[in-house]
Amino acid sequence: MNAPILTDLQIDALTELVNLGVSNAATSLSELVREEVFLSVPRVSVVTRDQAIANLREHEAKRLVGVHQDFDGDIRGRALLIFPEVRSMELIRALVGAELPLDDIMELEQEALAETGNILLNGCLSTMANSLHRSLKISLPEVVHGDGTDFFAAMSNSDETVLFIYINFAVKQRDIQGFLAMILDLPSLVMLQKLLDGYIERSTGQSPTAGHVE
Amino acid sequence: MSYTVLIVDDSKLARMSVARVLGTLYPAWKRIEAANAVEAVQQTKELAPDVALVDFNMPGKDGVTLAAELRALDPKLSVAVISANRQVEVIKRTEAAGATFLPKPLTESALAAFLTSTLSAHKAAPP
Repeated sequence: MNAPILTDLQIDALTELVNLGVSNAATSLSELVREEVFLSVPRVSVVTRDQAIANLREHEAKRLVGVHQDFDGDIRGRALLIFPEVRSMELIRALVGAELPLDDIMELEQEALAETGNILLNGCLSTMANSLHRSLKISLPEVVHGDGTDFFAAMSNSDETVLFIYINFAVKQRDIQGFLAMILDLPSLVMLQKLLDGYIERSTGQSPTAGHVE
Repeated sequence: MSYTVLIVDDSKLARMSVARVLGTLYPAWKRIEAANAVEAVQQTKELAPDVALVDFNMPGKDGVTLAAELRALDPKLSVAVISANRQVEVIKRTEAAGATFLPKPLTESALAAFLTSTLSAHKAAPP
C-alpha cells in the first residue's frame, strides 16, 4: 500500500492534538457522571477505510451503539463515541441518575447518547480546530446501533486511505468502557501537513522543516 | 542561580513545547529530557534535577505515579504534572503525590508561578 507518510514529529503533533481534545472532553464527561474518566494514550495509524472498520471489529466484536459527528473544513472526517450496546444503559443511568424507572431510561437513551456525544465530540473537535487555528463545520450528532461497518456507512471509497485515531476510555466505578475513534480523510495530505507544521512551529518556536517527507 | 529541569513526556513535540516555554522564561537553566518513566528515574538518579515537569497521559506508568516515585527518590525534587485532563480526581491524586497540577497547553505565566513558588519554598528564590 502506498500510504501517505507523515513525519514522526507530525504524528506526534497529531497525537498531541487529539490528546488535548480528548482530555478536555473527558473532563467534561467526568463532570457529568461525577466520576473519574480514565483515558488511554491515543493511537494514530494510516490505514485504508476497510482496515479502520476491521480495527473497530477487532477491538469490539459485539453489538455497539455509537454517536458520530462529521466535520468538514481544511480537514474532514468523522468522530465517533462508541460503547458496547449492553453498557450504554449504564452510561445513561450515570448521567440521569439510577432512580429513574427502566422505561423512562429507555425513552431517554437516544437523547442522552446524542447529548453525551455532542459534549464529548464537539469538545474534542473544537479544541483541535482551535489549536490548528482553523474553523471546522461540525454536523449534529447521530446515534447509530450496529457494528464497525455501520459506523462508516455512507462515507466514501472503502480503499481510500485515512488516518485512524483510537482512544479507550473507562468510568471504572460505573463499569462503563468505550472508545473514541476518529477517521480523518486525506484528500489533501499537503494541507494537513501544513496545518500540523504550523502547530509544531507555534508549540516549539522552531520550524519543523528538517526531515520533512512529502 | 541556575537550576536543572527534567522534562518527561512520551511525545517529542510536547517536550519541545515545554522546553520552549521554559527557555523563554529561563534561557540559562539546564534542560534535560526523558521519553518515559524508566528514563526519568535514571536521569533523576544520575543528574539530580531540581524540578521535574511530567506529562500525565503516558504509555505504561502515568505521570502521577511517576511523580510519586520521583519524589520518593528525591524528596527535595519539585514536581509538576502537566495535563489537559483537568478532572478533580486527577488534580487530587497529583497533590496527594506531593506534586503541583499545571494545565496543558502550558503557559509561561503558569510555569513561572509554579517555579517561583516551589523554588522559593524549597530553596533560594529563582532569578
